[in-house]
Amino acid sequence: MAAMTPTPAPNDGAAPTAAPGAAPAPADRDGQRDRQETGVPAPARAPRRFRSGSRPRVWRGAVLALAGAYFLLPLLASFVFTVHVPGQGVSFEAYTQLLGAEGFTRSLLLSLGLAAATITASLLLAVPALVAVRIGSPRLRPVVEVMCMMPLVVPPIALVTGITTVLRWGPEHLSRTPLYQTFLAVQNPDFPLVLVLAYTVLALPFVYRSLDAGLRAVDVPTLVEAARSCGASWPYVVLRVILPNLRTALAGAAFLTLALVLGEFTIASLLGFQPFAVWIVSISGAHARMSVAVSVLSLLITWLLLLLLSRAGTAPATVSPGTTRHSRTSRTSGKES
Amino acid sequence: MSASTTIPPTTGTAGGSTTRRRRRGPRTWLAALPLLVFTGLCFGVPLGAIAFGAVTRTDPVSGATEATGEHLARSLQGPYLGSLIGSVQLSGLTALVAGVLGVLIAQAVVTSPSRALRGATLTASGVLANFGGVPLAFAFIATVGISGVVTQLADLTGLGWNLYSFTGLTVVYLYFLTPLMVLVTVPALDGLRPQWREAAQNNGASGWQFWRHVGLPVLAPSLLGGFVLLFGTAFAAHATAAALVGGSVPLVTLKIADALSGNVLTGQENVALALGLDMIVIAGLVMAVYLPLQRRSARWLR
Repeated sequence: MAAMTPTPAPNDGAAPTAAPGAAPAPADRDGQRDRQETGVPAPARAPRRFRSGSRPRVWRGAVLALAGAYFLLPLLASFVFTVHVPGQGVSFEAYTQLLGAEGFTRSLLLSLGLAAATITASLLLAVPALVAVRIGSPRLRPVVEVMCMMPLVVPPIALVTGITTVLRWGPEHLSRTPLYQTFLAVQNPDFPLVLVLAYTVLALPFVYRSLDAGLRAVDVPTLVEAARSCGASWPYVVLRVILPNLRTALAGAAFLTLALVLGEFTIASLLGFQPFAVWIVSISGAHARMSVAVSVLSLLITWLLLLLLSRAGTAPATVSPGTTRHSRTSRTSGKES
Repeated sequence: MSASTTIPPTTGTAGGSTTRRRRRGPRTWLAALPLLVFTGLCFGVPLGAIAFGAVTRTDPVSGATEATGEHLARSLQGPYLGSLIGSVQLSGLTALVAGVLGVLIAQAVVTSPSRALRGATLTASGVLANFGGVPLAFAFIATVGISGVVTQLADLTGLGWNLYSFTGLTVVYLYFLTPLMVLVTVPALDGLRPQWREAAQNNGASGWQFWRHVGLPVLAPSLLGGFVLLFGTAFAAHATAAALVGGSVPLVTLKIADALSGNVLTGQENVALALGLDMIVIAGLVMAVYLPLQRRSARWLR
């Protein structure tokens, strides 16, 4: 492992700087300064901070400015597109006409309903399983993890080919069995349960990661032991001890699921339903301005939700499961090293 | 929670506590059962249907089912193969560019002394990484589409710009892939301890030597893992491309959607299943590379 090199650095770092001819100019300067510093430990800090503070500031500023321009431009341009009609001037019609637009309320309510059902279903499935794996059945842990992470491997478009095939079994093979009614009920266009099932599958990896990170931050077995020793019943332990400790993780899981369901297009459109994302595409031909206005609004709403959520917990923890893991591991690493 | 019901087991003898433990085992196991049954039914059955449908053919008249490699073979020929290659090329290119940009941004954020900048970037990355799909496509149409704001202002069409092309899709994909890379790499860059840098400097290493011998080797698994994750994300993306280019760029997700919605010859559903299976295999390979890499990087960046 080359990563071990910080310790045996004398044969690795010092030798090349002793021959600075091969190194570019800045490195040469650094090398000389470092050799001076090793002689005088006290002022060593000042020049190094000067170096890491001034030279990278240029490229840091350039990188951040370019990135900011790239990421802000489409948002600003979209807003201008929605309010500025060439030849007519500024008008907010695209936003004001939204509420009255055909299908807007219906599709939005459908998406919100689907999101609520999906969040409920995924949490009801994942929380008991993960808590159980923590306190009583550690051997099930790899099984649960694989089950939850598998949907990451299957792209939604591949999943939907499987779902359409299964749904076709209904009329083809099961028309004389009671299962047929189930197949019809699941595809009820007013509230397509089949979408809830598919979205729950898609949300499981995110829910799992968020909850797993939350559970790792608290010592569940000890908390449960303590609560049980004090005479708490099992429902009491779950509702008043475990869940409050998981508040941030639950909120994070719910938010990610909400964002996933509100933006989901592939499965819904190929199964022939019209939640929000599908509706936006369906109006884009006739009302281009309105479809862009809805897109801008959806981003703003997502941003707002995320900010609210980050107020509730720690900011980076709710941004992504990855950062959650990190913020905790960096804290423990302080103790280890 | 009345005390009278719960105290007897806890005040019991050592034998009592073992029976309690024995009773707790099966109970907790039951709590995981709904999840396992659900994924088995709602995930396993469609997967099984994909695998079964991809390798069999059912005669519409007699109803007899026989095994055949025809669908898989056809999914790897002609326009279908072209769409697979197109998807792989687009995903590879976007993942590479987004990976480099993401690392640069992440490094700029990590080395910055400003906590506010860091928080804002991470929050923005979290939102933008989820801002794929239809809204993103429309935002870009409004910006650099045919009648987009920037297109009109800068006369991009005269310069040969076309949003509804491979290049256009690349630019759009970077919009959600780069923030994703930032989210993945910031923890890794944070894990590079300042002590390592100090140790290297005290031993006379230059900045380049530090990155060459310490920084990059430690980061390599995370960066590769990030690249692979971006590749998988770009590969599976469908909504953005569907709302943006329709069919003008050959992508496997678009071909599957066409085959499923019957825009091509009837009886293509099984080819769609075979293409789905191809995608799962490629995505599975991607994850098989990603997970061990992530584990390896966790060893150093703990």
